[in-house]
Amino acid sequence: MIKRAFAYPYIIWMVIFIVVPLILVGYYAITVTDFYGYTTFSMANFRRFFTEQVMGNRVFVSVATRSLRLALQSTLLCFAIGYPVAYIMTRKEYSEKSVLIFLLLAPMWMNFLVRTYAWLTILERNGLINNVLMRLMNRDTPVIDILYTDAAVLLGMVYNFLPFMILPIYTSLKKMDPRLIEAAQDLGAGGFNTFLRVVFPLSIPGVVSGITMVFMPGAATFVISNLLGGRQFFLLGNVVESSFIQQGDWHFGSAVAVLMMLMMVASMVVLSFFDKGENQGRSAMI
Amino acid sequence: MKKVILAAILLAAIIGFAGCGNNDDDVTPHANIDGGDTATQGNEGGSDAAAVTLHAFNWGWFHDPAIEQIFYEETGIRVLFEFYPTNQEMYNRIVMQGAEFDILFPSDYMIERLILENRLAPINWDNVPNRAHLHHYFDHLDFDPQGRYAAPYKWGLFGILYNRTMVSDMQESWNMLFHEDYAAPHAGNIYMYASARDSLGSALRWLGYSHNTTDLRELHAARDLLIHQGPWVRAYLGDEIRDSMIAGGAAMAQIFSGCAFFAMSENADLNFVVPREGTQLFIDAMVIPATTRHQAEAEMFINFMLRPDIALMNAEWVMYSTTNATALEMLPQEWRDMQVFWPTGENYERGYSFRDLGAFRNEFYTAYNLVLMMVGG
Repeated sequence: MIKRAFAYPYIIWMVIFIVVPLILVGYYAITVTDFYGYTTFSMANFRRFFTEQVMGNRVFVSVATRSLRLALQSTLLCFAIGYPVAYIMTRKEYSEKSVLIFLLLAPMWMNFLVRTYAWLTILERNGLINNVLMRLMNRDTPVIDILYTDAAVLLGMVYNFLPFMILPIYTSLKKMDPRLIEAAQDLGAGGFNTFLRVVFPLSIPGVVSGITMVFMPGAATFVISNLLGGRQFFLLGNVVESSFIQQGDWHFGSAVAVLMMLMMVASMVVLSFFDKGENQGRSAMI
Repeated sequence: MKKVILAAILLAAIIGFAGCGNNDDDVTPHANIDGGDTATQGNEGGSDAAAVTLHAFNWGWFHDPAIEQIFYEETGIRVLFEFYPTNQEMYNRIVMQGAEFDILFPSDYMIERLILENRLAPINWDNVPNRAHLHHYFDHLDFDPQGRYAAPYKWGLFGILYNRTMVSDMQESWNMLFHEDYAAPHAGNIYMYASARDSLGSALRWLGYSHNTTDLRELHAARDLLIHQGPWVRAYLGDEIRDSMIAGGAAMAQIFSGCAFFAMSENADLNFVVPREGTQLFIDAMVIPATTRHQAEAEMFINFMLRPDIALMNAEWVMYSTTNATALEMLPQEWRDMQVFWPTGENYERGYSFRDLGAFRNEFYTAYNLVLMMVGG
């Protein structure tokens, strides 16, 4: 009974700041307000998202496609870069390990906006990278001209979300019982086979939570695409932001937010299926 | 027991939410049609000025921060500033989110809308004797025809900033940004200003329409023009344009004259032109929201801002054209001779102000967002 009482603060917190806002967003999504201020229930917001066309393009559908593509690319890149880092970190001595984790976390103590803004000066045509390269290569035109392109947006996403991929993978690798690896080697598995058939499957839960923590923020970001994309790479997050902040159309913004939440739930269902499948495999293996 | 508590909290929250719903109705112009003047409610205090803190909502980089200290030393009133990047964001912050401020610095067409919606308190000009220093340009304001609400603060023109080392065939025309022959050679070297009314307004001007159009076909023509122009544009930026142009980040950019003046003072290769097809002439003015509880103090602050020495400080720091005739006389001759600081003759006549477009304004935001969605490819 006492234990339960300790949970009340969080339950109250959750109701006020999660449940009620969700209800509000849901309410706004399925209503429209006309010019005279009358609010009626309607699915018009969702209809608009899927059908509105300009010059033969379904604009919001193409924004959604672009968001998912960029989010997917950034997730894959984060995984490709992050997994080896996490793996190497588990192999290090204790002191080196803490230095590495410190280096990984230190940038996150700085404000997200400031960190992203800093990339402007690094990537500009006469910014840090180009200045160094132009001097080294003795050229007077920019060598890397990616600021305000989707490559810069992708870079910003990977930079900002990479720690969220590394840390869960690192945690799951670190928890692993080293005797399992010894057993695999005793049974004649080489280094590669041990990794592929023992280490990697056991780290799947970490990979899954890494993916969840990178994929949806990628699709939902609007700061990165505004700053590094020159506002030309509208993502779903930008649609929500501009509906709320610029247009004052909370109904449409909420409808897009609801669609994003549905996508998130769907991707978590798919991923949890993966997770479970691997768990069963593991128990069978053990 | 737990369920009862949770249910009670949920109920309370939903009741609160119903309250929000009612407030939302105020957003529409019709809701407070009989609101009348909500003015002069804030005068009851006055005696205890020292305890008052004014909340001002201004554009970024739009006043000399040193004046805050001077005002505090003279009156004992602290002024806390917050900043907004566009008129729309200011509007949504005070209307949709209900933020309370005592002084705002919106542009002409936004003031027109705020007046129409009864959101402003009339200024008691008896408390603002420094109004006499205003330049005769501001004797009559289209957006405040009776002169009751707005104290003009800064003004200027929207135009093109270009880099002489990159653009050899410069014209005083929007052709440079929209005509294939002039813009395409500078593909990837053009910045557009990230604001619905300004970017679409310049396209409308080039097409020969009014930037205050309420004709959907004209607006859509402008929208399609911006989409067509997309491949030549490096980015849609806000005030970052200024610093990037100083650093040579692009050949041409849409910009407001004050930012252009600052950029030109930092980089001698830059120059500013006012397109002959016409462009926006803006007046940003100080207004007092009807929700203020410190009307008298807000008027003191407005009077302070219109004082010539303070107006001079702000002019020199911000580099946007001052509205203060006395302060103008105190500025160096070379500033007054520069068209980018004090446009005269045909440059001045090319400026037309924005008007509030009523319900049609949302069409601009919708069209602008569609442009941004389409230009990225």
